[in-house]
Amino acid sequence: MSTDTSASADGDDATDPGSEPAPETVADLRTRIDDLESEVSDLRAEVDDDGAQKMVIIATKGTLDMAYPPLILASTAAAFGYDVTVFHTFWGLEILHEENSKDLKLSSVGNPNMPVPNVIGALPGMDRMTTRMMRNKIADNDVASIEELIETSLASGVELQACQMTIDLLGYDEDDFYDGVTTGVGAASAFQDMVDADIQLLV
Amino acid sequence: MSTETAAQTLDVKGQNCPMPVIKTRGAFDDLAPGEVLEVVATDSGSMSDIAGWADSTDGAELVEQEEATEGGEDVYKHYLRKTE
Repeated sequence: MSTDTSASADGDDATDPGSEPAPETVADLRTRIDDLESEVSDLRAEVDDDGAQKMVIIATKGTLDMAYPPLILASTAAAFGYDVTVFHTFWGLEILHEENSKDLKLSSVGNPNMPVPNVIGALPGMDRMTTRMMRNKIADNDVASIEELIETSLASGVELQACQMTIDLLGYDEDDFYDGVTTGVGAASAFQDMVDADIQLLV
Repeated sequence: MSTETAAQTLDVKGQNCPMPVIKTRGAFDDLAPGEVLEVVATDSGSMSDIAGWADSTDGAELVEQEEATEGGEDVYKHYLRKTE
């Protein structure tokens, strides 16, 4: 038995729990620990940088009723500490158009909840009437205007983006939009934002 | 709220969803740690909205909520403490 013990002791010092590790092994381990610690702190910093949760909304509709949900959700998510981007494309662009946003219409046809039948709703002037009814209801119920929600969203750090392709398509100019609206963005940047986001919504 | 004094009062009477929560957030940011914000609203939805906001927001603690009638209208009062 004594020969076995001496053979093992000669064989590999490092694996013998009873013996002191060689000084160079300790130095190696210290270096390795230092490396790992700096790696962990780098990773922590990376996670902290990207710590805020993110929401992206694609706003595609420009009627008065459909302009509200994206802006209400966007400003609310910002209050919860989210980084929020709303990408406005096609008729959703009207929401960011300073002049047109104050005159968004409600459709009196195609909505079974309207108090008028479709056949009446299709008559000339009916959209104007239903829009006026809706605006009165909005004011009576202390609901914010679209303009107020846009200002609030921008002030809360929400990024409101206007799709460049739609700007060109509808013949608009960058100056037509509210101050603070981001122009010159396309589907690729919207997609990239969606990839990074925790919540993605199409409205 | 009898035992605690609010450092600031935010009046959001006459404002509807989502404004009470958004303005609460804004006022809360200006608070020093340990201070309490009083929010006075007329929007009945603010009871669940502000509770939910406090629940999901680090550093915000909902101390108390109460309903009262002032000048013939229902008001909803919220007390939020900044914990950090």
